[in-house]
Amino acid sequence: MEYTLKVPLSKADVLRLRAGDVVYLDGTILTARDRAHERLLSSEKIPFDLSGAAIFHCGPLMRKNKKWAPVAVGPTTSARMSKMAPELLKKYDIRAIIGKGGMKGVVDALYEKCIYLAYPGGCAAIATDQIKGVKEVHWLDLGMPEAVWVFEVEQFGPLIVGIDAHGNDLYAEVAKKASEQMKSL
Amino acid sequence: MSGVITEKQVITAVVKLLRKAETELPDDVLAALKAARDKESNPIARMQLSAIIKNADFAKENVIPICQDTGVPIFFVDVGCEARINFDLEEVIRKGAAKATEEIPLRPNAVHPLTRESSGNVGPGFPDVIFDFVPGKNVKITVMPKGGGSENMSALRMFTPSEVDDVKRFVIETVKNAGGMPCPPVIVGVGIGGTFDKAARLAKKAALRRLDKTPDGFEQELLEAINSLGIGPMGIGGDTTALKVNVECAHCHVASLPVAINIQCWAARRATVTLEG
Repeated sequence: MEYTLKVPLSKADVLRLRAGDVVYLDGTILTARDRAHERLLSSEKIPFDLSGAAIFHCGPLMRKNKKWAPVAVGPTTSARMSKMAPELLKKYDIRAIIGKGGMKGVVDALYEKCIYLAYPGGCAAIATDQIKGVKEVHWLDLGMPEAVWVFEVEQFGPLIVGIDAHGNDLYAEVAKKASEQMKSL
Repeated sequence: MSGVITEKQVITAVVKLLRKAETELPDDVLAALKAARDKESNPIARMQLSAIIKNADFAKENVIPICQDTGVPIFFVDVGCEARINFDLEEVIRKGAAKATEEIPLRPNAVHPLTRESSGNVGPGFPDVIFDFVPGKNVKITVMPKGGGSENMSALRMFTPSEVDDVKRFVIETVKNAGGMPCPPVIVGVGIGGTFDKAARLAKKAALRRLDKTPDGFEQELLEAINSLGIGPMGIGGDTTALKVNVECAHCHVASLPVAINIQCWAARRATVTLEG
């Protein structure tokens, strides 16, 4: 199935999606990678709202003339954030995690709560074209790739539901089949 | 003075090279991706490959980076034995990389390995410049901007001579364990022999090689085994996990068998320029 959803996302939005569905997002997404995750976990108060949010594993390339503008914005390897995801999802009402390559050991943390969406890796040129505005930037002291960038997006995708909120994980299924095949080689 | 390669020529060439490499996917890589899309039987995988091809076309048309990870620029320099250079070529290549960072622009990707403090795109030992000597008067510079996601999935193992038969399994297993993380379909660069460091260098050169050279039997066997895993584009299943396996060998110590595997994402960016001496 193919869906266009508006962020912030509700629990109902998340629950209707199944692994393998194709999603396009409209609205606001926030970037967060390694160091932003660490700070999100250690902070008591944060300067942005994560209720119903879609966070994006992304270290963008930005350029500032008078205002910040995106040059190349695309997904980074999500697996690096796997260990931090369960605690992050306990602490904040994040509804979608966007990245690439899948995450390990997060099926339980996502269950009935959040989905993992995969943007085609390396496709920053088309992703940047789907960004219609840079709303805010936070934690720029972490450096350009590690800061939290708040983007306004339109028809952001194609996003594949890689892990749904019902316990289905495309990556785990593929890995299982690959391991079985490996044994026969 | 005619015949002398100048600092300015090198800086201009490096900026031009990096711009081309970052924004134009090499024709052989694009052709391999199109062939993979055309034979892909899994619709989700085909959608990934179509997005990749659309992205490459869009980046070229608009002269913007293909991927936001503009990578670690690795320079391979073939220096003609009769070339005339009267400056520190490595230092000037670094100056070119700094200039390209501003002009293209490139993402500031260099950090101290432990403090993680950013140093832009130049710093101690960064970017890496590798020299080879060749006949002639010219200097040929190739840049390979290498993404972090695929580099992280690389591996090196020191086998013993009795373990020759385990080499193939090590290559396949490394690709399997990487799953979707290195942005498949990947190019697998394999370096066999040499020493600990030489094997890694061979693997890097293998990953840099063009994709349109006919594979030898060993490379083809590895490619077929890897693609039988079904990992597919972006690790969500499909027929093409690797576009190509390239193997480079060097003789090694009688007691050793080093094997290195360098994984290259589909965005196999590279560009070459020759400065005439």
